Amino acid sequence: MEENLDGIFSQYAGERGELIPILQDVQRAVGYVPGAAMTQTARFLRIPESAVYGVVTFYAQFHLTRQGEHGVKVCQGTACHVRGGRRILRAVEKKLGIRSGETSEDYRFSLERVACFGSCALAPVMVVDGKVHGRMTPQKAVRVLEALE
Amino acid sequence: MAQITLTIDAVGATVPEGTSVLEAALSAGIYIPTLCYDKDLEPYGACRICIVEIEGMDGLPTSCTTRAADGMVVRTDTERVNRVRRTICEMLIADHPADCLTCPANQSCELQQVASHLGIMQQRLEPLEREHVLDESNPFFKLDLSTCILCARCVRACNELRGVGAIELVGRGYECHVGTFLDGPMVESVCESCGECVDRCPTGALSAKAERLPPTREVKTTCVYCGCGCGLVLGVRGNRIVRVRGEAAHPVNRGSLCVKGRFGLDFVGSADRLTAPLIRRDGELQEAGWEEALELVAGRLSEIKAEHGPDALAGLSSAKCTNEENYLFQKFVRAALGTNNVDHCARLCHASTVVGLARAFGSGAMTNSLGEIEHADCILVTGSNTTEAHPIIALRIIAAVERHGARLIVADPRRIDLVRFADLHLRQRSGTDVALFNAMMNVILGEGLADEKFIASRTEGFEQFRRALEECTPEWAEPITGVPAGEIRAAARTYAGAERASIIYSMGITQHTTGTDNVLSLANLAMLTGNVGRPSTGVNPLRGQNNVQGACDLGALPDVYPGYQKVDDAGVRRSFEQAWGVPLPAEPGLTVVEMTNAAAEGLLKGLYVMGENPMLSDPNVNHVREALEKLDFLCVQDIFLTETARLADVVLPGVSFAEKDGTFTNTERRVQRVRAAVDSPGEARQDWAIICEVASRLGYPMHYDHPSQIMDEMASVTPIYGGMSFERVDEVGPQWPCPDAEHPGTVYLHEGEFKRGRGKFHPVRFREAAELPDEEYPFLLTTGRCLYHFHTGTLSRRSAGLEELSPPAPFEIHPEDAAAEGISEGQIVQITSRRGTVRARAVLTERSRPGMIFMPFHFREAAANLLTNDALDPVAKIPEYKVCAVRLKKAHESSPGC
Repeated sequence: MEENLDGIFSQYAGERGELIPILQDVQRAVGYVPGAAMTQTARFLRIPESAVYGVVTFYAQFHLTRQGEHGVKVCQGTACHVRGGRRILRAVEKKLGIRSGETSEDYRFSLERVACFGSCALAPVMVVDGKVHGRMTPQKAVRVLEALE
Repeated sequence: MAQITLTIDAVGATVPEGTSVLEAALSAGIYIPTLCYDKDLEPYGACRICIVEIEGMDGLPTSCTTRAADGMVVRTDTERVNRVRRTICEMLIADHPADCLTCPANQSCELQQVASHLGIMQQRLEPLEREHVLDESNPFFKLDLSTCILCARCVRACNELRGVGAIELVGRGYECHVGTFLDGPMVESVCESCGECVDRCPTGALSAKAERLPPTREVKTTCVYCGCGCGLVLGVRGNRIVRVRGEAAHPVNRGSLCVKGRFGLDFVGSADRLTAPLIRRDGELQEAGWEEALELVAGRLSEIKAEHGPDALAGLSSAKCTNEENYLFQKFVRAALGTNNVDHCARLCHASTVVGLARAFGSGAMTNSLGEIEHADCILVTGSNTTEAHPIIALRIIAAVERHGARLIVADPRRIDLVRFADLHLRQRSGTDVALFNAMMNVILGEGLADEKFIASRTEGFEQFRRALEECTPEWAEPITGVPAGEIRAAARTYAGAERASIIYSMGITQHTTGTDNVLSLANLAMLTGNVGRPSTGVNPLRGQNNVQGACDLGALPDVYPGYQKVDDAGVRRSFEQAWGVPLPAEPGLTVVEMTNAAAEGLLKGLYVMGENPMLSDPNVNHVREALEKLDFLCVQDIFLTETARLADVVLPGVSFAEKDGTFTNTERRVQRVRAAVDSPGEARQDWAIICEVASRLGYPMHYDHPSQIMDEMASVTPIYGGMSFERVDEVGPQWPCPDAEHPGTVYLHEGEFKRGRGKFHPVRFREAAELPDEEYPFLLTTGRCLYHFHTGTLSRRSAGLEELSPPAPFEIHPEDAAAEGISEGQIVQITSRRGTVRARAVLTERSRPGMIFMPFHFREAAANLLTNDALDPVAKIPEYKVCAVRLKKAHESSPGC
């Protein structure tokens, strides 16, 4: 996909330190960071494409593939783990028919496992489209997802 | 720099301020184990193995990233330090296969060394299981992630030393690995296959494919490819070169090499090497004995000389051969044949430099040295695709920009690789360099940026020159050059504003009918701003061939004896007559293209070619073929049956650089040793010995026991080489002028005074190229080199790996032009000029300017020089390889061809 990123670049000076904010803008605009966007960004900042790729793959916040309409994150941090986070994840995987790190074929959902949102008091936690759902049970988690459908 | 003293394990170490604790320890002879340290790379602190205890400091700092301080007390081998080191090392080993015996790095592996130093005898931690990822896509090396320890030396070398950035640490945590952009195959990345990563890898993760068996001995020599003059260490096993590495302490390459030098020496052991003399019988070249062949050569040359006079003979010497051989060859032509008709391919690359810089400064060579480039504030690179044609010199330019903050101006019609690092890219229309530089100088004068003190005290001819610039405003130049006036102004200010500005140029400047004018313009620019005669400044032509500088220095030119002493100077001539014991001709001889023309007209009857291939290298090759076929006698001395040798009456097998002793002079005037590493194949003979045989049979006895004797003789008649001898150049070669044995050599020229006294400004007016695109031939063709091949490909094309990386017969065209012509990527296109036609494979790229196509001249399948124009610069007689007009037509055939 050949996106025109000139609008984004026009807000930056072209310095190397701007890489992450640019990638965040790209992801906001496109939904993920396509290879062609990395190439254009590398050219704009005059750094190797591999350096951009290295940063994109380092940070969990960047996606290399198109994401679903709804982003579902299930916490597997320590607190969530001891309070059954694993069962939540399994229930969500079963409900959506995808595994963590995947996106459903209809691009409705993307699922990720995350290690701690800092909402340990509410463990186990699931975050859907930025909204925290605390004290989850497998049944409650499925109902949250069904409400979206 | 201030010195500091610290104590390391009870040993006192005194080091310059700023030294790391690790380097201080190494300098005191104390080993600290480490896996990510590399003396040529920035400290990284990743492996954590080099930790030490330092009194008064908490924790265990990594010695590579900790600066030594005065009075510091360091302990490198305490139980506490070693316990942590062992744990780190054990974790690395847990994620590392334990198959050392079959690993390519066995015995050279630094992980092995560190584990052994720490006394690790067993795999204590449970090994991790991982998918085995192996990238074998590159023909020369492979990447095996299972043995990678993530020290990032490869990644850092690729970025910091080479400026390429093909690889990076990709992913995070357990997933972290060395990978390319999008984790594609190495060969499809921007990798330049230089092998720097392989060289730096401490384990077997990156290993050369060819190196299955280690060498049994190593021989230091000088690379035979380009004018950089890199130090090579050939690893030899029996009679075979099995490994090549860069000489770490070498002043030019500091251990680095390009893909050709490191991996492209297959030609030495090629089965195609000539192993016996060949004589043409019944129209075919057939093997013959030396005696018969030499008798025939001497006999035919004598006959022609007797019948038509000495000037019916000519010799082409070789920029690939040694200084000793070039000296001997021109002596043979002058003293034994009796003519000044001796020239070589320098005519085709830098004749305009030799003439232009001699007129302006008094010496036609690079004014400054390669090591100085890094410390220039501003570098103007013009007509040099440095990364491809002089890869190791490009590293200096990149380092100047990336490490030292130099401003880089690239003035080149093509968007060459260096543009990635440039502040300004002036994309002039080919052949309009004079207009561009005149306009820059107009700005410098107009804005008061000239160095008036330098002009007044060091130069002459300024007034006339200044008047000639009056009309050359940036607005005047814009429509001529296609460069916006604003950019011309910016470039002028950047260049003139620098304290130390260096000009680097090559054949994009010289190979024009205005070549001499182009060179004079650059000389004017440097003098106008006082950028000559000081470190990191100057006008620096990058010479193409490994020894083109030496071949010129030693007189393989029709108008000068060794040391640029004029043949038409009676005093000089008398001294050479005395030295060589024969009367010598007084008239300058014919240049390369003039020889071709004289042969075509039937005036030149006999030609002796040593190690040159005019059938691919000269312009208008169809004309060259006609001329060579018309000769009464053609003798070719070479290591392969080149396109030219195929036309010869007699072919004499010489030896390659790896089989001979001698010296090459690199582009920075450095005279360096070449050493025999292997035996020559079959009955091939030393080139100098062949020349001696032929000369002696012509009644001019020549006898030497060893090339060092030739060196001694040439030093005695060549003042700039006066202090050279094999002994002197043995370790580090000095740079000429080096007039006597005590002289240290000359790093940069024209300090205090120009060679000719005062530097001379020349008014230079813009002239168009000899042939420009028109309705019939609408595209401009320019020619040059690519990274993976050299010159006519005689050497580089014998490497299967280089062939794989650079498929034959490409031409580059801008995507817009391609769309307009209906040409798609990879399509075979017929390219026609007024002189010939070839079929080449289209490569669509924005490197080319719209309206312009580019072809490398390495490929006989689509010889660019069938198309090029043999119009000459009136002074230097260099042909216009860089500009001619062509038309394109989609070909019916599916393969390239002529």
